[in-house]
Amino acid sequence: MFPYIIRRVMLMIFMLFVLSVVTFLLFNAVPTDPAMLTCGKTCTPQIVEANRIRLGLDQPLPFQYFEWIKGIFVGRTYGSGTQTFDCSAPCLGYSFKNGEEVTIMIKQALPVTMWLALGAFILWMSFGIGSGIYAANRKGKWQDRTIMAITLIGYSLPVFLIGLMMLIFVIVRAHLLPYPDYVSPFENPLQFLQTMILPWISLAILYAAYYTRLTRSQMLETMSEDFIRTARAKGLPEKRVIRKHAFRAGLTPIVTSAGMDLAGLLGGAVITEYVFSLPGLGRLAIDAVKDYDLPTITATTLVAATFIIIANIVVDVLYAAIDPRVRLS
Amino acid sequence: MTAVHSVDDIPSAETVETAVVGRTLRQIAFNRIKHDKVAIACVIALVIIILLALFAPLICNLFNVDPYTFDSAAISDSGGLPVGSLGGVSMKHPLGVEPLTGRDILARLLYGTRVSLMIAFLATTIVVTTGVLIGIFAGYSRGWIDSILSRVMDLTLAFPFLLVVIAMSPVLEQRLASLGIPAGNASRIVTLVLLLSLFGWPYLARLIRGQVLSMREREFVEAATSIGSGTSRMVFKELLPNLWAPILVYATIAMPGFIGAEAALAFLGISVQPPTATWGAMLEESVGYFTVDPFYMFVPLTMLLVSVLSFNLLGDALRDALDPKADRT
Repeated sequence: MFPYIIRRVMLMIFMLFVLSVVTFLLFNAVPTDPAMLTCGKTCTPQIVEANRIRLGLDQPLPFQYFEWIKGIFVGRTYGSGTQTFDCSAPCLGYSFKNGEEVTIMIKQALPVTMWLALGAFILWMSFGIGSGIYAANRKGKWQDRTIMAITLIGYSLPVFLIGLMMLIFVIVRAHLLPYPDYVSPFENPLQFLQTMILPWISLAILYAAYYTRLTRSQMLETMSEDFIRTARAKGLPEKRVIRKHAFRAGLTPIVTSAGMDLAGLLGGAVITEYVFSLPGLGRLAIDAVKDYDLPTITATTLVAATFIIIANIVVDVLYAAIDPRVRLS
Repeated sequence: MTAVHSVDDIPSAETVETAVVGRTLRQIAFNRIKHDKVAIACVIALVIIILLALFAPLICNLFNVDPYTFDSAAISDSGGLPVGSLGGVSMKHPLGVEPLTGRDILARLLYGTRVSLMIAFLATTIVVTTGVLIGIFAGYSRGWIDSILSRVMDLTLAFPFLLVVIAMSPVLEQRLASLGIPAGNASRIVTLVLLLSLFGWPYLARLIRGQVLSMREREFVEAATSIGSGTSRMVFKELLPNLWAPILVYATIAMPGFIGAEAALAFLGISVQPPTATWGAMLEESVGYFTVDPFYMFVPLTMLLVSVLSFNLLGDALRDALDPKADRT
């Protein structure tokens, strides 16, 4: 087991390195001139040139990449001579838009996204797995058909529509909840819950639909295996067969999927955050895109992708812990 | 499960031919689809939508409407809302008019259908082609080529899809402009298709690679090798005929995925700009008028839902019809 974990971690470090190179190139080599993006429309060529030199954008790309990575690990210094300013590690640069440190912006946005993802995750996993098992047990009956029809509509609806409709009907029309205004749960738990309940539900509907279908097909496949027949043949009660034998065996793909989806959401639930104006990572990224704020775009992409790569490895290791055969390959 | 080949996961033309006299998987699947009422309904709905898109100019001529003309007579002078019930439905404007401009919704819907379907179709075509090619190449080569390609797939999947597409779109558009494609809706559509494909291919490539890897161990590939088949014969005569079932199912499921992705991007303001319309762009505009003119939203939403649901249901039906494990009827 231990050598396996070491191998996976080595691979993860390598993947993170490649990821940082690709992310850097996507946003620094693909634009025609990043320096042009540093100031707004009322820009003079002098300011652009000054910014180019100050931010090191006149240097060759490999050097820029090196400085960027150095900033993340040990911090970096911008400019030279008297007009220098330090950016301490982990430094992801300064926003082109308001000059704020990107690291600070991400630190503020991350908890919002984390709460959103966790709440939705708990909701969709309990509903998705629950109704998936229920539908599988009643395969072909009206309960199964109803659940399948609802899930099909659930994942065919445009993502933003569920949230918007809830916003319009629950908040604007019926005034059942105040307008969303995010606060930390430690400051004002009631307002936190009032803000988060609709985002949680709207995000969970989408995923619950998918997990219901996944659980159902997984259960149906396991239920037709020989060991289930054996369990029934030796006289186990049906409940025990489903819970102890079928569910345990069918669980692994669901765990993998859940791990990856949770990690994906931690990188920002763009649409839900946008609809409910939650100041999370997704919202930060969208605002940055609208302002061509390259350092912030690069940083949010890097953070989001890092979550997924780490989750990839965690899921692999979990898988190996559950099923020893995996380690051999 | 009646036939001998129930152990195989992959629909295989070869085994079917020997086991069931005179009926290939293609014939069996076609027969099953023909008797599946839901699938037939979906096919009919999709054909109608595609015909509507193809003959958009003709239909618009017939109703004497066009998507660009402003009609100030159809909207009220004070608020710019459509005059009359159901968002201004009248003989002149069969599906009402757009608030503020008075542009005809039927014409915009038909022309929008063209753009929406075109984006989804182009993205699906590119994704299926590259996914299949890379998947076969990785699975067939094995060894270090497979390792590298698999890592590239992991890395591409690590990028948060929506976020990167949003973040890359202004950057890529700028790059296209420098290559001589003028900024505008044409370049936006190209950008969208490129980005959707760029981050969409690994899903299919992974699937195909897995299939090819397991197929390589099978007797028919061994037999082909032993009679000295070259690579091209192996790929086109042996592997591809056994892959068309998963490819077909994947392509059917990919279409609604891309339609939904375009709608989500339109909602975030990253799709085509007026006067060009798509389902997503129309939905995004209509959301603002939902409380005063709900019919405006109803129109594009119906089209989007019908097509997405039809594709999804058809995909499910195809998967069932092409499943070699299912009972042969």
